[in-house]
Formats: sequence, structure tokens, C-alpha cells
Amino acid sequence: MKGAHMSSTNSFTTTDPVPGPRRGPDPTAFLDVRDLRIHFPTDDGLVKAVDGISFTLERGRTLGIVGESGSGKSVTSLGILGLHQREHARVGGEVWLDGEELISASPERVRQLRGQRMAMIFQDPLTAMHPYFTVGAQIVEAYRVHHRVSKAVARKRAVDLLGRVGIPQPAKRVDDYPHQFSGGMRQRAMIAMALVNNPDLLIADEPTTALDVTVQAQILDLIRDLQEEFGSAVLMITHDLGVVAELADDILVMYGGRCVEEGSAQTLFRRPEHPYAWGLLGSMPRVDRENRDRLIPIKGTPPSLINLPSGCAFHPRCPYQGRDGIPCRTEVPSLAQGSDHGVACHIAPAERRRIFAEDIAPAL
Amino acid sequence: MAPAGGRPMDVINYILRRVLTSVVLMIIISMVTFGVFFMVPKLAGTNPAELYVGKQATPADVAATARKLGLDQPVTVQYARFVKGLVAGRDFDDGPNKTHCDAPCFGYSFRNDRPVWPLLLDRLPVTISLAIGAAIIWLIGGVLAGVISALRRGGALDRTVMVLALAGVSLPIYFTGLLAQLVFVHTLHWLPGGEYVNFADDPAGWAGKLFLGWVTLALLYAATYARLTRAQMLETVGEDYIRTARAKGLRERTVIAKHVMRSVLTPIVTIFGLDIGSLLGGAILTESVFGLPGIGRLSIDAVNTKDLPVVLGVTLFGALFIVLANFIVDLLYAVIDPRVRLG
Repeated sequence: MKGAHMSSTNSFTTTDPVPGPRRGPDPTAFLDVRDLRIHFPTDDGLVKAVDGISFTLERGRTLGIVGESGSGKSVTSLGILGLHQREHARVGGEVWLDGEELISASPERVRQLRGQRMAMIFQDPLTAMHPYFTVGAQIVEAYRVHHRVSKAVARKRAVDLLGRVGIPQPAKRVDDYPHQFSGGMRQRAMIAMALVNNPDLLIADEPTTALDVTVQAQILDLIRDLQEEFGSAVLMITHDLGVVAELADDILVMYGGRCVEEGSAQTLFRRPEHPYAWGLLGSMPRVDRENRDRLIPIKGTPPSLINLPSGCAFHPRCPYQGRDGIPCRTEVPSLAQGSDHGVACHIAPAERRRIFAEDIAPAL
Repeated sequence: MAPAGGRPMDVINYILRRVLTSVVLMIIISMVTFGVFFMVPKLAGTNPAELYVGKQATPADVAATARKLGLDQPVTVQYARFVKGLVAGRDFDDGPNKTHCDAPCFGYSFRNDRPVWPLLLDRLPVTISLAIGAAIIWLIGGVLAGVISALRRGGALDRTVMVLALAGVSLPIYFTGLLAQLVFVHTLHWLPGGEYVNFADDPAGWAGKLFLGWVTLALLYAATYARLTRAQMLETVGEDYIRTARAKGLRERTVIAKHVMRSVLTPIVTIFGLDIGSLLGGAILTESVFGLPGIGRLSIDAVNTKDLPVVLGVTLFGALFIVLANFIVDLLYAVIDPRVRLG
């Protein structure tokens, strides 16, 4: 079945020189990212911002990519959209969108898909919208790149969408400039702009980070409602575990440009197995637990992406590194798929579950 | 396009306020300038009336002239008469005959035996011709060079343009201007020498005479504009909203030509307005080097002949253009940058 598929519609993949593990295109996965590598050559050395990330995402589902600043989350999302400039970035691996591979596709083809089938919501809606064009003009433009319609039709669509994302008096506010909107309204407008072409894939890069706490929940609700309405696949990039707890069906935890743990949201919150995931949970404030007296920060700082620590990139910050003679400093742990999720850690699975149950969970 | 979010009343209020500010500014400038021209002869220990009489004049003659011209009056009275002349015109009684000076009377040049205002008006077309011609060349050339340079950042073309720009701002007009004249007029004979001719009389001769002035002056400004455009463009390309434009699936040329250029043009329009404004007050060096009888030339001649009314007139005239340019730039700014608050 897979072989037949490869030899027909996507036969070019068999001769594709991009290195990385080979699997046949999986026709069931809407978005299939395989061994994505994004490296930036700089004067100081090669920055391996993303170094072999793989995941799949279906329509109507939400995948949360979680990690600290510099873990490669945003670089991954920009890589899927093909927004890294070829002269600055080396991009390898495969990104399959509905059966079409994007990394080897022509820039023009990716441009046609960008904004139409895959759209993005950015972190700071003030800087992400052009200050000199009206909100309406920017939405109209986004629609007309991919639809041959008159300005009047596109404007009607823009007003319609502004209303759908909860902008009051959309017919009037459509002619406002971004600075005349509040932060939450701007993010709503940004969402309207991303949704104007009914994209199948919506990438939200820290969509609530720049917003007031009260507005954050509204925006997350809006994204969830719109996802149900439009049936899009949503890729939620965030450092905020609260956000993924709200929205994500599945979670992928990134550290140093690699995936350290992945699984369903339920599994990740109830039975995380990677020490870094424990650290993230331990440093997350929770109002639903009374017995937490203080947050436990993860010691140390995120690693340099030019000189990643040898072996497991997390080992310098890991309280369990080297115990029982495990090779944390020397060997990169592979992402081993367990029964319900994948973990990249040298500690034996049974031991990890024991540590979590006995030492970590009671303190959370 | 109306300024953003401005109701008509806001816009009118804004314009009125800017007009008022400009007028007040102009009044202050005229007071200071007039004060300087009143004080300088005093500090230099000369009587301004000496400039109006012959070398053999007796002190009595000088005193009589000073009295007739009102130069013996306090500065406030003299200034009031000057302002009255600006508004309603005034008479100068220089002894044998009375001379009338129509409003706006910027003073009377006894050396030219003419009021200053028509002297300025005579010279203005030359200065405008020079300024506008040069402005078109430097605006197109400078911005284009900056854009190309930014798009080819770090490449050979970028470096070439930036070296030329550095040379452009560094080389003085009296060097490039004289060199250009030597080569193109006196050696190659590609361009005519001789006197300036009016556009209406001989368009080709007019352009031929002005051409080197345009290019020389444009070179100086184009260099600044190229550097500004390049820097502004490189900064804008890194903005989040440019990434958003790309994320929409816009073609790269649309991203550059529309989204990037829109931001780049804002500061360029601003300094362009101010540069044009100051150039209309006279380009002293360029006009002198190329023998163009413009306002700059008038002012340097007036300084050399100690024709104080003309120097005062030229100074105020130049200031007027700068204030006017500032006013226009302010209005334009409200149009091109919607974030400018009219309140």
C-alpha cells in the first residue's frame, strides 16, 4: 500500500537526496513532518535550531509544541510555512501537507499554499500587522492573493470574518488601523486574517503571550471555537503549559532543537516521563492545587544551539543524569515509542515511571 | 486619503494649529534676524547709514541719511516699520526723491536701487529650476540605489553603491562642480557655457546650462538618500509585519514594493520636504560655481557688497521656505503615518 503510493503520485521521493529516515508518505496524516532539520550557518558556527523533528497532525486536531525560548518551536513553524530564506537557512527533512511534500517543492508552489492552505497567527499582534495599512486592507490583501475576486467582495469577506472573531461593529472597524485596536482585538483581527482563506492548517505561534491574562482565555476560546467550525488542524506553539492544557490533543516537548517527549495531552500531563517535562510541570503555577508552596525552577539555562551538550542535551540540567551508569553524557537518547507515548531518555522506562510516581507527582 | 481616524473637525483643527505655529515661528525668526542685523553694525562700530552714503560723505551727511532712513530710531520702532512695510508697504525718503516699496516690502536695496522683494522674485525661478531638477534626480537615483543596495546586501553592487555614496557626501560641490565644468563644458564641449537662459526663451539652453548643477547637487543629496533608504529598508525587512506579509503568501516583489517600501518612504518624504525647503532658500555654492543667478547667488553678492537689506531679505525668505516645508511635511506626515495623532 505504501510502496504503491510512493511509486505513483510521489515517486520523486525515492530519488530525493534529502537525508533522513525514509518512510512512505502516510496518506492518512494531513500534516506529516519527518526529520525536519533547520540549521543556520553563522559566523560563530552552525546553529542547529531544529535537529530532526517528526510529528503528524490530523484535521480537527491540535498539537501543542512546548519548550523554552530557543528550543526551536518557532523555527519549526516558520520552516513548515517555508518562511526561512534559503540563503540564511539550511532546511532538510520532509514536510508533507495533504500528500504534497513542501521542502523539495518550488518556492512558488509553497508561496501559493502559504496563507491559503496553511496560515499563521503570530505572537505580537501589534508588530505583526503593518502599521500603515488598515486592518481591513490587510485582510482583503490576504484574501485576494489567493482568490480572484473584486475588492468589494473581499472587503465583505473581511467584515464577515472580523464579525466572526468577535470584533464589534466590524463594518466600521474594518477601516481602522491596527494601532486603533486594543491588543486582544488586534489578535482577533490577526486570527481573522489567518482564517480568511479557510486554511486547513493553522499555526499559532505563542498567540496569547503578548496579551493580558483576561484576554488570553478569550483568544484561546476563540481559536478552539473556530477550529471546530472550520475543522482546521492547529499547531499551537507555546512555552505556556496552561495554553496546551486548554487546547491541545497531543503535545510535543522540544529541547535544544529536538523532541524529548511526545504523546497525548492526557498522557503528558498525567504520566510525563522525561525529566525536562517534569521540570516544566514543576515550574508551572497551578491554582487547583493547595499543597504547592512554591514553584520548582529548572536549574541552569537553555543550551547553546551551536554547541549542544554532548549526549542528551538536557544532561547538564538533569538531576538524574549518570545514575546507575547510564550514558547521558555520551549518547544521544533516541525517541523510543512506548505503549502510549515517546520519550527520549536513557533512564529505563520502568525506572522513569517509578521516579515520577514516587518523587515528582507528590510535589506537583 | 484622510488622516487616520480624523473627523473633519480634527483635521481642520490640526491644520489651523499648524498654521498658527508656523506664523508664530516666522514672527520669532523675523524678530531675531532683524535684531541681529540691527546689532551687528553696532557691535562692529559702524553706522549702518555709512553704507548708504558715498566715501567722501561728511559725518553730517551720514547723520542726515540715518535720520531720513529711520536708522537712528530704536530697534523696536525700526522693526515695527519693517513689519508695516511687509504688510502694507512703505516709503523710503533717501533725500532727493521718495521711493515707494510695495507690500510685501522686505526692505529697499539702494545698491540695486530696487526693493528687495522683486529682486528675490527675479532670482526665484533659477533657484526653483535648480532645486526641482536636482531633487528629481536625487530622489529617483538615491532611493533606487538604496533599494538595490539593500536587496543585494553584502554583494559587490551594494559595496560599490555605498562607496560611491560615501564619495558623494564627502566631495565638496566646488570640487565636483568645477571638475564637471572643466570636463563637460570646457574640454568636451558637450554642454553650453555662457549665461543662464529662461526656460520659456530656450528650454534646451536652460536645461543645458542647469544640467551640471542638477547632477552635482543631486550627487550630494542622492548619497544621503541612498544610505538612508538602504538602512531603512534593511531595518524594515526584519519587521514582524513583513514576515506576516510573506506568511499571507504574497509574492516577494509585492512584499518589497508594497509593504517594505511603504515604511521606507515615510522618513524619506520627511527629509525630502526639509531638503527642498532649505534649497529653495538658495544653493549658494552650486549657484556660485555654475554661475546661476539664483537666490543663493543674490545672497553672496549682497554679503560681498554689504547690501544689508538684501541679506536680511534673503535670510527671511529662506527661513520662510524652511518653515513652509516643515508645515507641509507635518501635514503630509499625518497623511502617510496613520499613527500620528491629530489631537
